[in-house]
Amino acid sequence: MDLARPIGILLAKELRTEFRTRELLVSTLVFVLIVLVLFSFTFDPTTAESRRFGPGLLWLALLFAGSLMLHPSFTREQSNETIVALRMAPIEPISIIGAKILANFCFLLVAELVLLPVFAALYNLRIVPVLGRLVAVLVLGTLALSIVGTVFAAISSQARMRELLLPLLLLPLLTPALVASAEATAGLFESPPALAPVWMGVLAAFDTIFLTVTWLFGEYLLEE
Amino acid sequence: MPDESASQSRGGLGVEFVQFAKRYGARFALRNVSLSIAPGECVALVGPNGSGKTTLLKAAALLIRPTSGRVQFSASANGDGRNSHDDSTAIKRYIGLVSHSILLYDDLTAEENLVLFARLYALDSPEDRALAALEPAGLAARGKDLVRNFSRGMRQRLAIARALLAGPKLLLLDEPSTGLDRAGQQWLGETLANLAAAGCTVLMSTHGAGDSNAFVTRAIRLIAGSIAEDSAVSGDARTMLAAALAAHQEA
Amino acid sequence: MASAAHAIETRKTGAQALATLAVALLLGVAAYCALFVAPTEATMGLIQRIFYFHVPFGWSAFVAFAISFVSSIAYLRTRTPKWDWLAVSSAEVGVPFVTVMLVTGPIWAHPVWGIWWTWDARLTSTFVLWVLYVCYLLLRTLIDEPERRAVVSAVFNIFAAFDIPLVYFSIWFFRTQHPQPVIGAGGSLDPRMLDVLLLCWGATLALLALLLRQRYRVEALRWEVERLRLEAESRGSVPHSLAALRDQEHSA
Repeated sequence: MDLARPIGILLAKELRTEFRTRELLVSTLVFVLIVLVLFSFTFDPTTAESRRFGPGLLWLALLFAGSLMLHPSFTREQSNETIVALRMAPIEPISIIGAKILANFCFLLVAELVLLPVFAALYNLRIVPVLGRLVAVLVLGTLALSIVGTVFAAISSQARMRELLLPLLLLPLLTPALVASAEATAGLFESPPALAPVWMGVLAAFDTIFLTVTWLFGEYLLEE
Repeated sequence: MPDESASQSRGGLGVEFVQFAKRYGARFALRNVSLSIAPGECVALVGPNGSGKTTLLKAAALLIRPTSGRVQFSASANGDGRNSHDDSTAIKRYIGLVSHSILLYDDLTAEENLVLFARLYALDSPEDRALAALEPAGLAARGKDLVRNFSRGMRQRLAIARALLAGPKLLLLDEPSTGLDRAGQQWLGETLANLAAAGCTVLMSTHGAGDSNAFVTRAIRLIAGSIAEDSAVSGDARTMLAAALAAHQEA
Repeated sequence: MASAAHAIETRKTGAQALATLAVALLLGVAAYCALFVAPTEATMGLIQRIFYFHVPFGWSAFVAFAISFVSSIAYLRTRTPKWDWLAVSSAEVGVPFVTVMLVTGPIWAHPVWGIWWTWDARLTSTFVLWVLYVCYLLLRTLIDEPERRAVVSAVFNIFAAFDIPLVYFSIWFFRTQHPQPVIGAGGSLDPRMLDVLLLCWGATLALLALLLRQRYRVEALRWEVERLRLEAESRGSVPHSLAALRDQEHSA
């Protein structure tokens, strides 16, 4: 079962389409920024509070922004029924989903890396000493969001009220990943910084489990 | 192994529907259709809107999971009925579909679209194949334009070019002359005639008009998801097509 | 023909009524035991007895969701509609059971600790559980085509089911890091209490079975009605000859 080749081809297509318009990337960035800044105004946190709530808030903002950004993954394929063209091609159907998961992962990660310095500035957090570990948390957490988000985008694209449905389905399911990511991130800003193995374990388990479930059942979402 | 460097493979794929039924909730799109199309046959599919033509074409393209029954394929000459589910991924390589929608990405250029599909179908030198496909469709000059900016007729031409890209042995067309101007219809007719000569199996839903009907050897009429009339059994394909055209112009 | 059908109906209704009575009786006995037979808990007193409803309804809800999970997988593999009926029925019965658990929690908490809600591990996780299956039911109402609805909701159900242990673990571990008052902890478990607890669990399981069967039958009947309607429709519209066909075309 050759998945790497079609995933590679489709990933290139997804990236090319997105970077041509850059609409999703920009909207995600702006959305997260607004949330982070608004929180500062509304609650006017002290430094200690910033440090405590900041990470959780970052992940919450990413979750919301992500669920908005993931939505077009499949609705974009509905306009000219291009999803039919992909399903007709001699490739495993799961590679269509796999490519979209990877593409969404890339977009989200790029947005996060751009936001990181801004986040650090707004909340007075020193990211440089923990940069490596922080990126590790970002990668695992973003992977969780991408995997479940892409599958749920496929699910909601087939239902009514799809724009509202995606965040609605996504948020409760991502609770463990949200808690784990926020806690792991917060742990990095304590003194001394510590990367909590339990939380990283939760994220790794989350990613593995849902990647496997997607692999087993994801293709049924593409059928007619 | 088929000759992949040629733009068209020799020979066709036979397709057989065995008691194929598909229901969507309360509605039966196809009711226990049993139909055998031999390799190389050129079949016109006629019938009123909603009679199941599109579903039948999609089923032949392995896009539909049947409510009951199945689709199977046979290679030309030896007719070994391989079941679609066993190696469906391999068989898809030989099937082309021109649908109601153009099946192309608006945000990519014509060339990029064709290169994408050439790669997905594992063709040699995808870029060359893409350019070679644009030429006969009259789109070589617009290769670097976004499909979004194409006219209706050009989009249809590109859709047809996409279906032909991998040199299909079974070509499925859903009212392919829609949106095509006179020249486009002529091109379509010539292309289909060439395919027919090369032995490709063609299944095309049509209202009976257009140049594409010259090479049709068989006509099948669907009503409400069942086969009402089959020229292989009961008559002349030409007559059926003429009747279909008359009915369509009345409506 | 009509009288045979009527006879079957009556017999079914008879068995149904008997079963309902039996379950009601069992629930009554369980409630009585919970309220009067079980020993009074040392620290919390009378209000602690709500524990005999709070916990069994929770456990039975888990059983219901487990059934839903297995049914969803079975449906995806076999595509037999009855698995979809079972999946939606068990989820639909499970949600009210979780609701009972979520409502009895605060009712218990308030007299004892003076607060209505605390984001303690079990309550929070149970709340997420509740939301997940409400989402499952909501998703189903938003997809009209039956086969798509069954397939798509089955995939969601499987995701939700695998999420549950992760939810419980992560929230539990979070709470060990950031403790809050815990509802339902503390107090000793006397063996007589365990007996009553198990009895109550048995009663709620019986209730689950009863409601599940009812709901499943409704789903099956709905399907049957649809099938009969289709059959009647098709008999009316499929032409029997070419002549009838042409007539139909001209009249359409």
